[in-house]
Amino acid sequence: MSARPSLPALYRAFLAVGTFSVGGGLAAWIRREIATKRGWIDDSQFLTAYALCQLVPGATNVNLAVFLGTELRGGPGGLAALAGLMTVPVGLFLALGTLYFALDGSPAGRIVAIALAGMGASAVGMMISIGLRLGRRNVRHATGIAVAALTAFLVGWERINLILALALLIPFSLALHWRAK
Amino acid sequence: MLVLAQLAGLFALLSMLAIGGGAGIIPEMQRAVVDVHHWMTGPQFLAIFALSRAAPGPGSLIAMLVGQQAAGLPGALVAAVAMFGPSSLLAYLAARFWLRGAAGEGWRGRVQRALAPVAVGLTLAAGIALMRGTEHGLIAWGFSALAAAVLTLTELNPGVMALAGAAVFLAAALLR
Repeated sequence: MSARPSLPALYRAFLAVGTFSVGGGLAAWIRREIATKRGWIDDSQFLTAYALCQLVPGATNVNLAVFLGTELRGGPGGLAALAGLMTVPVGLFLALGTLYFALDGSPAGRIVAIALAGMGASAVGMMISIGLRLGRRNVRHATGIAVAALTAFLVGWERINLILALALLIPFSLALHWRAK
Repeated sequence: MLVLAQLAGLFALLSMLAIGGGAGIIPEMQRAVVDVHHWMTGPQFLAIFALSRAAPGPGSLIAMLVGQQAAGLPGALVAAVAMFGPSSLLAYLAARFWLRGAAGEGWRGRVQRALAPVAVGLTLAAGIALMRGTEHGLIAWGFSALAAAVLTLTELNPGVMALAGAAVFLAAALLR
């Protein structure tokens, strides 16, 4: 880990995440701003934080901001990250929500719905690309690839209950990785 | 007041059920918002879901849109605090707990190596589950696959891809 960022720097980094993460895939934006661009953490630290934040109840991306902020600058860092992440989206969501319900049922509303569907399709593709990119760099050995593929299949394709899936997959992965160096 | 209490209860509960990401609680949210409380119609819920996916920021801010529609600005505030307050506290505690575990570096390294493939698998799973959703038609499948390939192989800004998606869908609707 390189030099600890100042609280304003942390706020600005997550402000950028909250402002530019159009089309979803927030975890990828957080990785881009915090790990790739600023080098405050490395990919391995990012992935661990990401996995741990999936286990913490609540929205994973918001948890991730609080977690990484806390990791870098303690409790105030967590608050700075959370505030940065939320500043722009909260106002924007309220404005867009008001606009949508005002337009609902009109021809303009239909056009907006179609555009939203197109952006959603892009967001789905981005989600897949994040998984592929992270996997390419951090999951190289056969054991890891098998665990990642099994997780994607059970949770994504079979849609088995998530809590059950994690309760099975995490101990399974720990057991497989415990003795490997 | 009753609506505010209902919002607080609903989103505090949903937030605690959201293990492994927010997408998993969407069906339960839809049932409560549309069928139980009648705060909006099914198609309206679907539209604000798409909006929450496309707009910058956490998609789980959909909670705030539900609150806004059910009880105006106070509703939006209550829903957001219920959705993010308790879980943020838990994330903070998890980070502190994880940092304190720094004593055993070998232990941490092994946990990191074991969790990485699960995290990668869950990320792929979110994409796969959304693609398998019933509202994902043929054009959507094609564009999602294209976006996945382009964003994996190039450094294109994802926001550009999202705008391209909107353009393609609008063009397809015009030609239909």
